[in-house]
Amino acid sequence: MKPQPMVLKVLNVVSVLLFLAALGMVFLYAPLEATMNYVQKIFYFHIATAWVGMLGFIAAAVAGVLYLIKHDQKWDIVELAAVEISLVFFLIAIAAGSIWARPTWGAYWTWEPRLTTAAILEMIYIAYLLLRQGIDDPDRRARFSAVYTLVGAISVPITFMSIRLFRTIHPVVIGTNSAASQGSFDMTSKMLATMFFALFAFSVIFVNLFWHRIRLGQLAQQVEQLKLEELQ
Amino acid sequence: MNRPQTTDRRPSSVVRRPSSGFLKAIAAIVWKDLAAELRSRELLSAMLVFALLVILIFNFALELDPVTRRMATPGILWATFAFAGTLGLNRSMAVEKDRGCLDGLLLAPVDRSAIYFGKTISNLAFMLIVEVVVLPVYSVLYNTNLFNPGLIVVILLGSVGYVAVGTLLSSMAVQTRTRDVLLPILLFPVVIPILIAAVKASSGFLQGLSLTEVMPYINLLIVYDVIFTAVAYMVFDYVVEE
Repeated sequence: MKPQPMVLKVLNVVSVLLFLAALGMVFLYAPLEATMNYVQKIFYFHIATAWVGMLGFIAAAVAGVLYLIKHDQKWDIVELAAVEISLVFFLIAIAAGSIWARPTWGAYWTWEPRLTTAAILEMIYIAYLLLRQGIDDPDRRARFSAVYTLVGAISVPITFMSIRLFRTIHPVVIGTNSAASQGSFDMTSKMLATMFFALFAFSVIFVNLFWHRIRLGQLAQQVEQLKLEELQ
Repeated sequence: MNRPQTTDRRPSSVVRRPSSGFLKAIAAIVWKDLAAELRSRELLSAMLVFALLVILIFNFALELDPVTRRMATPGILWATFAFAGTLGLNRSMAVEKDRGCLDGLLLAPVDRSAIYFGKTISNLAFMLIVEVVVLPVYSVLYNTNLFNPGLIVVILLGSVGYVAVGTLLSSMAVQTRTRDVLLPILLFPVVIPILIAAVKASSGFLQGLSLTEVMPYINLLIVYDVIFTAVAYMVFDYVVEE
């Protein structure tokens, strides 16, 4: 494996520090919210991890299209890295959201548009990984993955809008506190600052993880090429 | 002396010409699938029996009073169509792969997208045939009148979208190790907008809602069909190239 470039080593340290700083801000700097108290604090990381998931989603879609246009294997590595990161971070976001939802809405899960779309997106990611698992030829695997990424990426916004249509025309009472289930609350400037800092910290963490995962993908590609050469 | 009847009765559209037109190629593929199915009837019988069994299972899975059952009808219908459709898509592509037909088609001097459209149209035909049988059977078994022109339109639009994406994804799935098992996993998350819109539109028509109330879902179906047929048409080459 190529040794880590200096920038990456610095980024590792910076990421950890930013994460700790964000954690500190959440617990020490941000004020307690009026009605929800400590439960509300998970909101900062929930938004940040969902944001990272979105970044990964967009990166995967772009990488998929670029692979189909250029047929360069490196875009396949980028795409897989983006999908894996997005999968994990959306999962964290869903878990964090569920923890927040239970005391607030009375249920861990509701079938409202964003949650349902997140669940469907996770299923698409898992399908993507299963698809890759079933193909041995690297070129075919890259092509099929790119095609499925494209199909999935286009379907997700359409899915979100169709669920929104579904739920607005036939409103469903969600749990005990449907007014609060809209999910927004007024934020003071300290809360906003904490939220934006968390977003920034997690964006840096995303870049860091993305870089590491791409390096890992390159190593895996080298191993696979060696294996294929050995078999011949 | 009586000569045995051995004349080749294939229509001329199946006989290969050096540069078949695009539409002729599509027609040839559709005709091939329909003719093969007419002789063996293995695909349609499997899909039909499966669909009827699914309806049977739903009867026991959802022990409903008549009123609630009426509201659950669109959901049951579309779940049935989705599962039976998967069966058809799988078999249709697997047959091509196993008998080497796909390689033969790829060697033919026609645009690859003709293969896509040909397979999509024949898959659509099979799915529609199953739906045409299921509707009366469901009507009789559950004493519901399903002969509603709006419902027929929704079923048509939904099937087109389902088959458009399904043919592309089954072309991919059939070339993997996991094959049949992989298609539902790939297809269902992506096809959810169709299921949402189709169930809601079907429900609207069956309840006699006005057209303005149902139109958003019909629009969604049309938009989905157009977008995904276009996308599948554009990327099909990448899926079948060697």
